[in-house]
Amino acid sequence: MTLTLPTFEAGTALLARRNPVAKLAAALLFSAPLIATLDPLTPTLALAVELAVLPLFGMSYGALFRRAWPLALAAAGIVVTLVLFAAERTGATVATLGPFAVTTGVLVTALGMVLRIFAIALPGIMVFATTDPTDLADALVQNVRAPARFAIGALAAFRLVPLLGQEWQMLSLARRARGIDAGRNPLAKLRLFGSTAFALLVGALRRGGRLAVAMDARGFDAGTPRTYARRQVLGRADVALMVGAMLLSTAALTTSVLLGVFRPIIG
Amino acid sequence: MGEVALRGFGWRHAGRKAWAVRGVDLRIAHGERVLLLGPSGAGKSTLLAALAGLLPEDSGEAEGTVEIDGLDPRKARERVGIVFQDPETQLVMSRSGDDVAFGLENRGVPAGEIWPRVDEALHRVGFGYGRDRPTGALSGGEQQRLALAGTLALRPGLLLLDEPTANLDPAGAALIRGAVTRALGDDTTLIIVEHRVAEALTLVDRVVVLEPGGGVRADGPPGAVFAAHGDRLADEGVWVPGHPVAPRQARTGPGETLVRATAVTLRDRLGPATLTARAGEALAVTGPNGAGKSTLALLLGGLLKPTSGTIEAAPGGSPHRWRAADLTARIGSVFQDPEHQFVTHRVADELALGPRRLGRPEAEVGRTVDDLLDRLRLAKLAGANPHTLSGGEARRLSVATALATAPRLLVLDEPTFGQDRRTWIELIDLLARLRDDGHGIVAVTHDEDFVAALADSVHRLARAA
Repeated sequence: MTLTLPTFEAGTALLARRNPVAKLAAALLFSAPLIATLDPLTPTLALAVELAVLPLFGMSYGALFRRAWPLALAAAGIVVTLVLFAAERTGATVATLGPFAVTTGVLVTALGMVLRIFAIALPGIMVFATTDPTDLADALVQNVRAPARFAIGALAAFRLVPLLGQEWQMLSLARRARGIDAGRNPLAKLRLFGSTAFALLVGALRRGGRLAVAMDARGFDAGTPRTYARRQVLGRADVALMVGAMLLSTAALTTSVLLGVFRPIIG
Repeated sequence: MGEVALRGFGWRHAGRKAWAVRGVDLRIAHGERVLLLGPSGAGKSTLLAALAGLLPEDSGEAEGTVEIDGLDPRKARERVGIVFQDPETQLVMSRSGDDVAFGLENRGVPAGEIWPRVDEALHRVGFGYGRDRPTGALSGGEQQRLALAGTLALRPGLLLLDEPTANLDPAGAALIRGAVTRALGDDTTLIIVEHRVAEALTLVDRVVVLEPGGGVRADGPPGAVFAAHGDRLADEGVWVPGHPVAPRQARTGPGETLVRATAVTLRDRLGPATLTARAGEALAVTGPNGAGKSTLALLLGGLLKPTSGTIEAAPGGSPHRWRAADLTARIGSVFQDPEHQFVTHRVADELALGPRRLGRPEAEVGRTVDDLLDRLRLAKLAGANPHTLSGGEARRLSVATALATAPRLLVLDEPTFGQDRRTWIELIDLLARLRDDGHGIVAVTHDEDFVAALADSVHRLARAA
């Protein structure tokens, strides 16, 4: 899972050390306009830009691949769905799979959608992989006035996530030790999964409650205005990053309009 | 600063019939060091929560008064710091320095003063790493030191410690004792709750004993209090120094082999280990944190598949291949955290589960349940929800659930961890009886007293290279 991989050690790279909120905004500004079109060219251009700036985030192509490969599963799903259910089957027939005619039209649409998935998701993956969660919470509170109660609270909860994996294993083993297993019965498997998940949830809530008390004991609920030990600054370079992201995305869309391949999602 | 005054103080949690604490009259002067004692359920932790201002008015009913420097504790929160048992749920941030800074930020300390105060607090508790050390990479004892630093950085006039070493192994407990000794200035009042008296005795000059029914039973210098009340406190479960427990020696030598592990390993968790569990023998597995003791217990219990090496039960081959129900009839596992093993909503159902899954007749299941409820002093709790039990009750129930299917071998992971003296002695007696009846006992433990009192042989695991 993308979320549970440790933050990539990218520290000093030019774009990696930009303000986390600026990085997040840049990713959104770059990705969001890509949704507007169904043609394969726009996402291809966007992907080219993304892969070109990757080194500026201090990230290797291998590291990006390790985080992005689950997207390939979604892409495969889309190809299968389109081959089976596409209503428009324009163009020349490339192959026939039983009752399904695989035409060039179907393949172009599928290609466009697969490229879109990658083009839209990669900026987010790059930003989260090169951003320390603490820095992100700090920036959300300091630069966009997100409530500290929410941002720091979520950060503290996030720290407990890896514990859930260990907890799940212990709960599963403990059930076996109590004589409970599902054997080959899928219904019993589902029930066992449900009861283990419930126990995990109960434990997580308890732990969360204890953490909340400990945080309040150190003044988290004090109501005095918080100060910040770590400063997050939103500077000119950060604004430039956001503007640049928007310009590049617009450029990709403009190119596809000028070349006449632009296929708006609406209409 | 840090003066405490309680007059007829009592607190009842919302929805409870009994008062958690009641009728407490107590004055603690500036700079005093107090050990707060009492049997389980005397209300020690509730009292600390009240002093820390962590009992919201709408969460229960109060009686009498409690004041810190003449103020309601809820309004004196800045003067009080508290460290709880569980280090894992006290740390907020992922870098150590940030975690100490967290409280300072909350209190609005100017940014320029924060880092010098963080460094000073880390130095005071003897934290051995830099500010950037990830909190997840710290041992339990180091995490608890960090939690202490996070509290001390706020310069509380009153420091409350709620069993700060209960979740730690002996090495971690020593770290915390050292840190408190080192860090505490003369101008800080200290109240510590700790049922392992020896852990706290070097830190305090006054002992206060709470009476479970309400009020204060004893109050004075440690020597005087223990001379007058030591025996009774020991009987009630407090670990009073100078009350050793006689060893329970085996009546017969070890019998036939029940399970044999040969060069067994588990990737990243356990180096090669070879040992034999025999009938009529109590085997203790000891070793430092990270040596894979708990992993070995899971392997012997047939719960994990070894990466290499073999685990052979005689007869029957490898336990990890058995169906779960068959496993419970041969090998019982007791986990460190009893709650991991509870799967029903009633204590009696919890005991009936194992025999039922083995298809034993209902009349026999009933007899087994009644017998165990009786033997482990759980009869009054038969209808209670297992998750509402006290630590000692939950431990007794988790052992009883493993016994319900009458396995020949019992594998226990830190069975005495955090237990009071009374439950501890009950466990030792129960396990000694089982051993003398021909059961095999394997216990993973840090508890040297447990090893001395029960173990017939010891297998020491070294830290995996």
